[in-house]
Amino acid sequence: MKFPAFDYARPAGLDAALDLLAGEAAVLSGGQSLSPMMGFRVARPEKLVDISRLSALRGAALEPDGTLVIGAAVTHAMIEDGALPGPLGGFLARVAGGIAYRAIRNRGTIGGSLCQADPAADWPCVMSLLDAVLVLRRAGGERQVPVRAFLLGHLMTAIEPGELLTVIRIPPQPGARFGMAKSTRKLGEFAEGIAAACLTPGAARVTLGALEVPPATLAVDPALVTGPQPARLTSSPLYAAVDAALKAADATDPAGYRHHLAVLTGCRALIEAAQP
Amino acid sequence: MDSHHDSNLSNSSQVGQPFTRLEDRRHLAGQGGFVADLRLPGIRDVAFLRSSMAHARLGPIAVPADAPAGAVWTAEAFHGLVKPIRAVLDRPAYRPSDQPVMAEGTVRHVGEIVAAVLADNRALAEDLAERLEPAYDPLPAITDPEQALLPESAPLHPGWADNVYMTMGRTTGDFDAMVARADVHVTRHLRMERVAAMPLETRGCVARFDRGSGVLTLWIATQRPHLIRTMLAEQLTGIEERDIRVIAPDVGGGFGGKSNLYPEEILLAAMAMRLPHPVRWIEDRWEHMVSASHSRQHVQTITAHATKEGELLAVDVRFLVDGGAYAMRTSTPAVEANMASSVLPGPYKFQAYRFEATTVATNKTPVGPFRGVGRPAAVFAMERIMEETAAAIGMDPVEFRLRNMIQPEEHPFTTISGLVYDSGDYPSLLTKAAQSIRAPGKGDAPANIAIGIGFGCYTEQTAHGAQEWHRRGSPFVYGFEAARVRIDPSGGVLVSTGIQSHGQGLETSLAQIAGDVLGVSYDRVRVVHGDTELCPYGMGTVASRSLVMAGGAVEGACQRLAAKIRRIAAHNLDCAADDVLLAGGEAQGPGGSIPLDAVARIAYLELQKLPLDVEPALDILYCYRPPVETGAYSSGVHAAKVAVDLDSGHVKILDFVVAEDCGRVINPLIVDGQIAGGVAQGIGQALLEEFQYDDQGQPTKVTLADYLVPGAPELVNVRIIHQETLSPFTVHGAKGLGEGGAIGPPAAVANAVSDALRQFGVDVRRVPIRPEDLWEALRP
Repeated sequence: MKFPAFDYARPAGLDAALDLLAGEAAVLSGGQSLSPMMGFRVARPEKLVDISRLSALRGAALEPDGTLVIGAAVTHAMIEDGALPGPLGGFLARVAGGIAYRAIRNRGTIGGSLCQADPAADWPCVMSLLDAVLVLRRAGGERQVPVRAFLLGHLMTAIEPGELLTVIRIPPQPGARFGMAKSTRKLGEFAEGIAAACLTPGAARVTLGALEVPPATLAVDPALVTGPQPARLTSSPLYAAVDAALKAADATDPAGYRHHLAVLTGCRALIEAAQP
Repeated sequence: MDSHHDSNLSNSSQVGQPFTRLEDRRHLAGQGGFVADLRLPGIRDVAFLRSSMAHARLGPIAVPADAPAGAVWTAEAFHGLVKPIRAVLDRPAYRPSDQPVMAEGTVRHVGEIVAAVLADNRALAEDLAERLEPAYDPLPAITDPEQALLPESAPLHPGWADNVYMTMGRTTGDFDAMVARADVHVTRHLRMERVAAMPLETRGCVARFDRGSGVLTLWIATQRPHLIRTMLAEQLTGIEERDIRVIAPDVGGGFGGKSNLYPEEILLAAMAMRLPHPVRWIEDRWEHMVSASHSRQHVQTITAHATKEGELLAVDVRFLVDGGAYAMRTSTPAVEANMASSVLPGPYKFQAYRFEATTVATNKTPVGPFRGVGRPAAVFAMERIMEETAAAIGMDPVEFRLRNMIQPEEHPFTTISGLVYDSGDYPSLLTKAAQSIRAPGKGDAPANIAIGIGFGCYTEQTAHGAQEWHRRGSPFVYGFEAARVRIDPSGGVLVSTGIQSHGQGLETSLAQIAGDVLGVSYDRVRVVHGDTELCPYGMGTVASRSLVMAGGAVEGACQRLAAKIRRIAAHNLDCAADDVLLAGGEAQGPGGSIPLDAVARIAYLELQKLPLDVEPALDILYCYRPPVETGAYSSGVHAAKVAVDLDSGHVKILDFVVAEDCGRVINPLIVDGQIAGGVAQGIGQALLEEFQYDDQGQPTKVTLADYLVPGAPELVNVRIIHQETLSPFTVHGAKGLGEGGAIGPPAAVANAVSDALRQFGVDVRRVPIRPEDLWEALRP
């Protein structure tokens, strides 16, 4: 379980990093997914470019129009500890605090998690809900890709060789309330069911992760969310609505437990969003 | 962890005091010394190439042309140097199978060693190992114990007619008459899945051969240094046991998983004897998952026959255990089913008992002992059927159990399976546990939550002596323990013992025992263990025996040394030896006292003050063999209160009570720690842990991200109630308790979940309990 040999570079600045990435190289951010994969020799990068200390990627700011901008190398722990300004900071701090264990949060980064694109991870689900836009830079250029176009499937993204995710841009969400639900057998494990929900006046949507496909964002009739719920969610109109919407998305085996967990966590996230 | 002591021990003795552990000083400071911490000049690392196939013919192994000479060691390299491991059991029904030290011709499980690679460091060794190309010709894999019994499953071992390591059965009592008398007959088919001990520290071995002295030294993360040494001498050619030294340094947990003789240490020893430098192998977690012993994996059918008034008349049980590919030495895979069938009656008496215990070979990692050995599975079967039988006759499950328990005054009691219980008060334990867990009532739960309470009652066979080991057919009869106690000229006490402490706190407990006898504070006593050259021969720390057996040895050695000290002191105080009291670090006579260090100086350095008929020095070796050799039986009742989320099938433990009786408690803090740690492993088995294999025999859970070990958030504050029913058969009245914590939880949690879901007609048939299974069963 030792790493195979590789070259390692820790460039001092973003441009130097992009120049290095223009050759054959893999990005090392927090390394919380990559290093075990290298230990198992499933991942065998010849060269690692360590971006974890690039100050340009380690900050967060609120733009005048309310857009929240997060550097890709911001760690889960920084977010958990309140590094994000603005009205979304509290919700995202809570999301971050639920990721794995503190030791992993200390190193793991939001950009790394998005690029790893594990469907059961927290950030792909939450950023899909928030319609985040990802800034991908390469030596001499950049493009902006909506997260829903970025996430292509299990461990698959639209990033191209030479590109580096530098910034996550989250548009303002006026009047929104949020909810999050996860289903794990053990705290800190990758979720078997994960959902994030957003309730705005007149609209409700929920993003379901831990599917075989990228996170699925479903619109739900807000009246089903805000009304009283029966004690057994499985017999609620809300459950039926999310169930039907997920079946229509054709992302799961509709008879299976994972489908049920996706719907159940989706309902729980929506109900939490509706809590006063 | 809360602890409530029901003890009448009230004197100034150190035994019974909750002293913090002496060994924690180094561990909390990060100054422990484990195998991987060892630094030896010139050391080189070994990586093993392990089979990626569950069952295959193994052809030649292609070695890259640029591999350095001497780097790759295949089975041929060990011809004539090592012998295959043969675990024997002196029972006619048992069939041994040789475990190759390195695979040759056939591989029988994923993880079996195919080649060893030597390099300057582990990473380089792995680089070369992954470039080796063994030729595999796949064979059908047997991946399930019931499949192993099918006629179409070809025998895995040469010369075998089928895949059965051992099958045995017996009927005791007038079984048919009891069945005819019974009003209810309740049957359940149950499964307890495959788990492993999973210590924090993986296995590891360093081997060095000193050409000058001819001494081979091995540092091994093991529970049994002396027995490993004895077995190494048998497995290796060209070296005598005398010239082998085994050192178990700090060991980070074993739980039975480090009690086996493993191929790796034999290979490292053989390599070191042929190399001019030390060699090291430190197991990684993947290797641990596929090559360290697994445990349990039972398929069970159990039937209880009872009257409608609540008298349990007869029990009929069949255990089928998946023993894996090879018989590990020394326990053999048969230990699991055999032990389960023998301990099944637990705290109950009934008129007739019929059992069948079968252990089969499959293409999976070999099965060995793990905390509880057979007992968690037996208690799971017995307590599940007690619960269901109570429900079938409409009786409170506690009341039903109480009606059928052995009463305290019936001890010593011989069970229907032939075990001799020394002492215990099981009804009292159950009553206390029930009162405690039921006290707050079931409470008001939201409609999507079902609350349930369940019990797991057990007796824990511990510290068995020669008679019991011989009855089982063990080739090694674990009948004694030894202690050497020395007092140096400055009055310091050095205890060396043949057992080995790898988390049990024995450096503290044994020091408390020695301190009491010698009249010194326990922290003046240094306990040395785990080194075959520094310590007297012993069987090691297994089978909940160390405190009773080594405690008896330390007590006996210290008593003998104390008698000598009293004689020396009496001579110099001019009084009778019987009038000398050892206390407060001195020998106190009626008219004066002498500090212990002064007595020690006399014994070593001032012989003019030593009586001529007293042998110089203060240095005693004593071997303890218990007068009654059938063992001391701890007992316990585990009570769990759970919440089942009816929407998701998730189970949350709300409360967990352990009412426990291990006789005299030497150190309550250590006892509570043992219980809490065992309960954590038991809850892992109840709710989270299981190895799984696909139909090709590939293990699908080989990381700690897949094989779920409970962490603090999955556990609860274990509430412990102590009861001290002394054993008449042991020196201190103490009984072993190392395994009990892990025995009760699968039964207690499964019964609690069954209690919660009885209203829906659902009961637990399998541990670990999987949320998807409950969800499926609860589906409208």
